[in-house]
Amino acid sequence: MSVEPLVATHVLEYPYTRSVGPVIGRFLAGLKDGRIEGVRAQDGRVLVPPTEYDPATGEAVTDEWVEVGPGGEVTTWAWLAEPRSNNPLDHGFAWALIKLDGADTALLHVVDSLDESAMRTGMRVRARFRDEREGLITDIEAFEVEP
Amino acid sequence: MTEPITVVTSPVRLEYRYTPGVAMSRFLRHIAEGEIVGQRCPRCSKVYVPPRSGACPRCGVPTQEEVPVADVGTVTTFCVVNVPFAGSLPLPYVAAAILLDGADIPITYLLQEVEAGDVRMGMRVRAEWATPEERTTSIDHSIRYFKPTGEPDVPIDTVLEALLSA
Repeated sequence: MSVEPLVATHVLEYPYTRSVGPVIGRFLAGLKDGRIEGVRAQDGRVLVPPTEYDPATGEAVTDEWVEVGPGGEVTTWAWLAEPRSNNPLDHGFAWALIKLDGADTALLHVVDSLDESAMRTGMRVRARFRDEREGLITDIEAFEVEP
Repeated sequence: MTEPITVVTSPVRLEYRYTPGVAMSRFLRHIAEGEIVGQRCPRCSKVYVPPRSGACPRCGVPTQEEVPVADVGTVTTFCVVNVPFAGSLPLPYVAAAILLDGADIPITYLLQEVEAGDVRMGMRVRAEWATPEERTTSIDHSIRYFKPTGEPDVPIDTVLEALLSA
């Protein structure tokens, strides 16, 4: 009898449902409509993604919403050469913080660049929305490099 | 304008490769052949089914001697399951600790072909094997469940003694 240990592939999976609250809820509804919105903090800065409280001061944000983007600037990034099956793209891409036009904070998302050598801090990118949107952050399929 | 989103569903998914190790792999390969084979400790002589990583957890010595045991045994303790989960069997059903004849440690397995209220400590049960074609190195595929043999129960004192010395 073989003495090689057996190996089996297992999958552990469960759906996880969470409530998002009024601020993220409106942000996601905007994405479903193909729009990116931020919320204005009491000091006038625009937070994207929006939060219920200003992370810098802990104060409640205002109820003023501001449409931002869809273009923006990469403030920092990390290249992922070999995506796993659960990553958003099936080829190499960058995870990046993107400060959208009109926003004062940066959003973590995907930059669909052809290769790493095209990536630069400060580069211009633009949101590519999916045709069918559900009200999720993945309604933005990726950010494309602006020509 | 779309109404605010209230909830999002984020599937949590983990894909992983599991290896049961050398001793358990031997056990599972025997299962695929329709045999239940444990390992005997050379020091305390206890027969572990399934083998515990190829070593006696009590004595800490390797257990290299393979010992076939019966596919018939005795219910030592059991649990009546009343809580459903996705894909669960019709409720209630019974998960039992079964001390196979020739083994010193019980295995836990599904009991069927018996009402939950009729299961007893000391009940004699037998493995219901899948066909040779259906059997694999997964025990779930190979032994469908255990069911009563109809033999007289083992006296409760004998069961308790086995439990205490396990």
